[in-house]
Amino acid sequence: MNKNQNDTLENQDIEIRLLVEAIYQKYGYDFRNYSQAHVKRRILNRFNLSGMKNIAEMIHEALTNTKFVDLILMDLSITVTEMFRDPVFYRELREEIMPLLRNYPFIKIWHAGCSSGEEVYSMAILLKEEGLYERAQIYATDFNPVIIKQAKDGVYPLNRMKEFTLNYMKAGGKNSLSDYYTIHYDSARLLDVLKKNIVFATHNLVTDGVFAEVNLVVCRNVLIYFNRQLQDKVIKLFVDSLPGGGILCLGSKESLQFSSHYSEFNPLLPQEKIYIRKVTL
Amino acid sequence: MKPYKAVVIGSSAGGLNALKVLFGGLDEHFSLPVIIVQHISPNAENYLIHILNEFSKLKVKEADEKEMPGTGMAYLAPPNYHLLIEPDCTFTLTIGERVNYARPSIDVLFETAAEAYKDQLIGIILTGANSDGSKGLKKIRDFGGLTLVQDPETAEVDSMPRAAIQADAADRILSLEEIAVLLNGISSGGVD
Repeated sequence: MNKNQNDTLENQDIEIRLLVEAIYQKYGYDFRNYSQAHVKRRILNRFNLSGMKNIAEMIHEALTNTKFVDLILMDLSITVTEMFRDPVFYRELREEIMPLLRNYPFIKIWHAGCSSGEEVYSMAILLKEEGLYERAQIYATDFNPVIIKQAKDGVYPLNRMKEFTLNYMKAGGKNSLSDYYTIHYDSARLLDVLKKNIVFATHNLVTDGVFAEVNLVVCRNVLIYFNRQLQDKVIKLFVDSLPGGGILCLGSKESLQFSSHYSEFNPLLPQEKIYIRKVTL
Repeated sequence: MKPYKAVVIGSSAGGLNALKVLFGGLDEHFSLPVIIVQHISPNAENYLIHILNEFSKLKVKEADEKEMPGTGMAYLAPPNYHLLIEPDCTFTLTIGERVNYARPSIDVLFETAAEAYKDQLIGIILTGANSDGSKGLKKIRDFGGLTLVQDPETAEVDSMPRAAIQADAADRILSLEEIAVLLNGISSGGVD
């Protein structure tokens, strides 16, 4: 690698760090402890679409144009999800976790980093089919207000329903997925009976604190975007939200093993990254 | 000779057989970590790891997030996740949009690896039916890394190697056996 290339790379990295810092200082969204490689790819993608001369120009635009910031927030949001993503996880949830939740008179669930809501509605369907929905309360949160609005609407492209139905069946679904939505032109709209006990709200795992004590935390494919330090901070948030016996579900490639809070949990279904909070005396 | 620090490999259709030959040809004491994106169905069980472990003297495992690649190891990107290399050379997994219709995408691994390892990286494109990896391999070459492409005449499917060659991304065009010999030579401190 020659000196010129090295300089270009170095300058680009500095400009990206400054852009991330500017967004934090101006708007409070903190991506400073996200995976650097991921943030860089997403920012450069936006840069290539923007037609701007350099990243420094993006900083000024981000400071002065909230529409542009919204685009960057969307770039840095995790928008790829499915209903019943990883069907085996949902099968285990149904067979192993629902029997534990059944013991509570009232079940509180926090779906942290819920993106556009596909997995929240999957949970709602599971609770319905296990006869637990009426005594459940789901808090579904994401840092991005645009995405939370989408989640609340619960409207998804009809052409995705085939894939979702396949997942639902593999996850041990008891009915037909089409029982849970109505079709409007090329969209599928999830039924209001599923939404009744869900509260959608913005909450930023990086900068906000605990807001409720819950029996189950679902946070899947969010921590992989954070560095170790931030992962630890967020897991502490879950520790403080879960009483003894509370359950934490992470994504299939996420593990508690390296967290400094590992000792607060016992592995319940480690293959599916499901952990149970130890009872402290 | 540059002290290379890692090898990245991209393969697609026909990749299993190609990787078997390549791994079968690597020395027991091959010293560089090998990081692989093989295009694979999103729901695939990772049978590839079991098969490659039978053929390889390296220990083959799925790449874990935040893992630091080490000597004597080969790492496969998990199905349905992109594998990125951080500036400190640890792994990041993401579920971002598909790139070149693929997740994991070879370009995503190669482009991030090029920035992390700069000219101390060896990039290899093997058999495949698309053009994923060409951009990434070109970037490795531009940054002064060593780039190898499987000879299209010897590839089970030749589009991916041909695309890489067309993108002017190849330092050397070699058969699988020749690639293994070259890598062994580099690992043992011989000529590259």
